[in-house]
Amino acid sequence: MTSAMETVGGETADMTTGRGRQSTSVDHLDLLESHAVFIMREVAAESERPVLLFSGGKDSAVLLHLAAKAFRPGGFPFPVMHIDTGHNFDEVLEYRDRRVAELGERLIVARVQDSIDQGRIPDPGPNASRNRLQTATLLDAISAHSFDACIGGARRDEDKARAKERVLSFRNAFGQWDPKRQRPELWQLYQGKVQSGEHLRAFPLSDWTELDIWQYVHREGIELPSIYFAHRRKVVERDGMLLAVSEWVEPGPGETAVEETVRYRTVGDATCTGAVRSEAVTVAQVIAEVAASRISERGATRADDRFSETAMEDRKREGYF
Amino acid sequence: MDLLRFAAVGSVDDGKSTLIGRLLFDTRQLFDDQIEAVAAASERRGVGEVDLAFVTDGLRAEREQGITIDVAYRYAATPRRKFIIADCPGHVQYTRNMATGASTADLALVVVDATAGLREQTRRHSCIAALLGVDQFIVCANKMDLVGWDRGAYDKVSEEIDVLARRLGVASTTVIPTSALHGDYLVESSEAASWYRGPTVLEALESAPAGRWAAVHGSHQGTAARLPVQWVLRHPGGGRSYAGMVNGGPLRRGDRVVVLPEGRASTVSTIETFDGQLEEAPVGLSVSVHLADDLDVSRGDLIASADDPPDVSTRFEATVCWFGERSLHGGDRLQIKHTTRVTPVRVDDVHARLDVNELHLVPVEELRDNDIGTVTLSTATPLATDPYRRDRITGSFVLVEETTHATVAAGMVGRPELTDVEDPPAG
Repeated sequence: MTSAMETVGGETADMTTGRGRQSTSVDHLDLLESHAVFIMREVAAESERPVLLFSGGKDSAVLLHLAAKAFRPGGFPFPVMHIDTGHNFDEVLEYRDRRVAELGERLIVARVQDSIDQGRIPDPGPNASRNRLQTATLLDAISAHSFDACIGGARRDEDKARAKERVLSFRNAFGQWDPKRQRPELWQLYQGKVQSGEHLRAFPLSDWTELDIWQYVHREGIELPSIYFAHRRKVVERDGMLLAVSEWVEPGPGETAVEETVRYRTVGDATCTGAVRSEAVTVAQVIAEVAASRISERGATRADDRFSETAMEDRKREGYF
Repeated sequence: MDLLRFAAVGSVDDGKSTLIGRLLFDTRQLFDDQIEAVAAASERRGVGEVDLAFVTDGLRAEREQGITIDVAYRYAATPRRKFIIADCPGHVQYTRNMATGASTADLALVVVDATAGLREQTRRHSCIAALLGVDQFIVCANKMDLVGWDRGAYDKVSEEIDVLARRLGVASTTVIPTSALHGDYLVESSEAASWYRGPTVLEALESAPAGRWAAVHGSHQGTAARLPVQWVLRHPGGGRSYAGMVNGGPLRRGDRVVVLPEGRASTVSTIETFDGQLEEAPVGLSVSVHLADDLDVSRGDLIASADDPPDVSTRFEATVCWFGERSLHGGDRLQIKHTTRVTPVRVDDVHARLDVNELHLVPVEELRDNDIGTVTLSTATPLATDPYRRDRITGSFVLVEETTHATVAAGMVGRPELTDVEDPPAG
């Protein structure tokens, strides 16, 4: 059977030249990887219609890589879905389409713009952040495709509400998370049964930190969108964040656009995701930068978390990722 | 670098979240923006100085009430090792969440209010942690500043913990006098308790054996290799491999195995991951295996070493932590999830409840919410089980309500082992 794991969608899984670990010891990244693979297989086996959520960011890039580890030489037992706010970085869309094509998997794109055009959600205007609006599009897509499990790349170290969330997180028929009524989740017994209309969110990267993600990207040689590495970009400083000047972000009164050397720590809606000043052009340099950082990932880059003390919890209660 | 997973447990208001917040702050694990956010939230809620409990109490309802509702997971690293911390709720209503946090821990950090001694809920948490196989306790005799660092208060906590630990088979206990509020003996030693010569909390956490959960499930005798089948991988050109995570002991190419519950024998012909083939798969690794014989193997089956296979039975005795809102009675029908198999289960008998204060089993007819007790279960299909003391994976299960799919119990195969303990020496 050794010849069976052949080159799959451009990823060399050659049995003779692969990493081919023969060691009997298991390090920290091996355990995280193994556990994530275990979770994906459980979710795929226990749910009727799972889907993997893919934004093109680093966490979902790791998720796709882990899905290949879990299910090759077979195809993925789920499609890949992107919730598209319409406020994208070109580099990320290009990366998304290429990665999914390389893997030979099916991509579903659910567009916030379609939800606006259909009158499902009010039009906030062309330049407003659509981060929160994604929730309506996501819930509509879940219901249209009858998905009962959404595998996402959220990590517990990102936010104090996420720190509280189970690996399998239950959502009611309205897509809501109720933090006071989470299911007990003991050992590795992930129990994912839901009733019709309800669904699960599954987070295989729950125990990974930002640093773990980068160390794993380094070890596995996972390709990421170029905006994660230092590049020259025209930005405007707003509320202490560097926003890329684009068709949706123009300098306002008193603001000036300047060209800076920056990179992104997270990838989201372009109108609310900030860049950080950085000279890191390699994964190793990014790892050094992340290890020394005194500001959290979302604190540095996400305007959407600054609305209130419990912004993430409030969004999750509405059905957000 | 190794990894220690620990759970902070104990009664409500004894200072767990404050202690974890302080530990993270003093070891510089908090980002500047997180510290600013905690300070702002403390000011907004008028709780005076920076309330470090807000580091982990991140939910709106938690901050309103000043309590912990659900487990918060935090990730920390010192030059010595990495930590995954589960800050568990103390309130009796949220015992299920405490059990969730403790089920994957190598060590329990038991926080006790030294002005009050061990409360019932401290005892309940200690019992659950010990039954879950957590056999190392670091005990913080906390709020020592409120009793003027009186040695008598510390000694009382030590004696009570000692009896409980010996009765429940906890191998190692370290009792440390602390003030979470002021940080004494957390990261830095202190002059406050001139009579205390032991380690700080951080020193104790850094020197405790790590990886018990990940490496050797159940730190007791251990078993030979087991592989619960999660998923069947079909290979182009024919052939199937069986995917799952290795537990019990390492699985080697050429091992003689049995496929349970049916019991057909075969040999492991190859072990592989996406990255290549392995001669030996250590415990905790997700792999897929090919067998030499063409057998019917599907999800829910267990591939086990033929040398030391688990018991196969439709009837077994177990210890359960009951989390249902209704009571559990003999005759009740539920679903059981054991490894990767889900099957209907009937409760034949409820035998006894563990009295967490007196630490003995009391005969009862029913188990109420948050009770720990012993039952006999019958399953619709046979299960391949090991006693929980030997294997945390093949010895554990959850019970699920058939209609709501709510998880209502955590179960461990076998009865609790309670050691006879003589009265503690006086003084």
